[in-house]
Amino acid sequence: MFEVGEIRETIDMIDEENLDVRTITMGISLLDCVDSDIDRSCRKVVEKIKKCAGKLVETGEIIEKRYGIPIVNKRVSVTPIAMLAGASGGDPVKYAKALDEAARAIGVNFIGGYSALVQKGFGPGDRELIESIPRALAETERVCSSVNIGSTKAGINMDAVKTMGTVVRQCAELTADRQCVGATKLVVFCNAPEDNPFMAGAFHGVGEPDCVINVGVSGPGVVRAAIASMDDDADLQQVAEKIKKTAFKVTRMGQLVGTVASEMLGVPFGIVDLSLAPTPAVGDSVAHILEEIGLERVGACGTTAALAMLNDAVKKGGVMASSTIGGLSGAFIPVTEDAGMIRAAREGVLTVQKLEAMTAVCSVGLDMIVIPGDTTAEVISAIIADEAAIGMINSKTTAVRVIPGIGLKEGDEFDYGGLFGSGPVMPVSTLSPAKMINRGGRIPAPIQSLKN
Amino acid sequence: MRSIISVIGKDEVGILAKVSTLCAEHNANIEAVTQHVVEGYFSMTMIACVDDMDCSIGELQEFLDKVLPETKNHVMHEDIFHAMHRI
Repeated sequence: MFEVGEIRETIDMIDEENLDVRTITMGISLLDCVDSDIDRSCRKVVEKIKKCAGKLVETGEIIEKRYGIPIVNKRVSVTPIAMLAGASGGDPVKYAKALDEAARAIGVNFIGGYSALVQKGFGPGDRELIESIPRALAETERVCSSVNIGSTKAGINMDAVKTMGTVVRQCAELTADRQCVGATKLVVFCNAPEDNPFMAGAFHGVGEPDCVINVGVSGPGVVRAAIASMDDDADLQQVAEKIKKTAFKVTRMGQLVGTVASEMLGVPFGIVDLSLAPTPAVGDSVAHILEEIGLERVGACGTTAALAMLNDAVKKGGVMASSTIGGLSGAFIPVTEDAGMIRAAREGVLTVQKLEAMTAVCSVGLDMIVIPGDTTAEVISAIIADEAAIGMINSKTTAVRVIPGIGLKEGDEFDYGGLFGSGPVMPVSTLSPAKMINRGGRIPAPIQSLKN
Repeated sequence: MRSIISVIGKDEVGILAKVSTLCAEHNANIEAVTQHVVEGYFSMTMIACVDDMDCSIGELQEFLDKVLPETKNHVMHEDIFHAMHRI
């Protein structure tokens, strides 16, 4: 049986250290909803989502009560809508509204998959969908969007990068009266994972089964507390070992919840995404883990090294704990969603340049960063290109979710409340990359040998 | 199938009695109890078989919170501890 210490450890993780299952996300294929008439197609989409995920929220709540573990979000991801839009034609925003309606009906707070995969070029429906993203995100509440513009095997589609700079700005402009919230629901990816359960970048890849349950675990607070319990003179190998053991326990919990949810819903279990996903709550910060390792503030020299070790140790611990790891699986560094990052950004010690370096060693990318309202579309495109290049060369996922703060300048702040948190405008270079961005074309796929 | 019941809080007369009465009322069979009082703080961990219990684990949690509103109470399925602490 269990020792009292083990029972207390689990309870303390949940009560004191914000341990939770961050999301149970049901992936649903909508390929069988495609119809040549967009209205009929939309109706089928709503019906299928209701049929597959009608009991998702209720099941999550039953599991929460049985195991005493909070499951913060129940969500749905769907087949990239550009594929449906390509077949049906018509205004893709109709699909966004259908997704929003379905999400409301089943009680999930976000639904992901208003997406297009254009790393090598635009297929039917891709351009229409991408151009409709600003309207779709302004006119719906729960729909999340993502566009994959590059991959290690395909290179970077710079025509798409150019377009996305404008699209990100338009998302902010169309929702300027709501703190530019449209831009918080759009992720631009390189090497997007097809089984990611985390929003806003979740979509249900074409290689996935018809319906699947993916689980995202979290637990930055647990990792921080585990490191805090160590002696200050513990060496970094011991710290990495501690992180591994903690990640193992957290992931096992995710595996259990995923297995039970898949049994209860009669849907195959997909993956556990063992990411450290912060929230603005006190004690739920990835930045505070890095500071606990020994940095005065996140953003200091040494941040990239500490984050690299953290990210790797989390993976090593988690991989042994679950039979199927997937998704993003690493440490997230969304600025407005992390109390420690917010503080460092306000103090000016955490910069976009440092964050960019951090994204080379962790998942996922430049995330939830408010940039000045007068940042040009070309500069946003160039930020996307830089991030995509890091992902492409290093065979990893990278992404950009920046929020142009329309009407805001350095020193101003957005305050979203809830999981999105708050954050100051962070300065970015205003030097013009316009000539390069306007060249368009493709950055060819990189060589996979001669790695230096 | 077992459930782990844990109660932590300021010590007072009858905490254990209230928990065990609740278990008996709902047909949960107590298999083990560990209890400590340190400087006025009470800590108890109980393992109960809930195979024949007449309510769900979630409901038992609600009942426990009603009879012991001042303490921190947890009723959890044993599988979560198996998952986290046993390979």
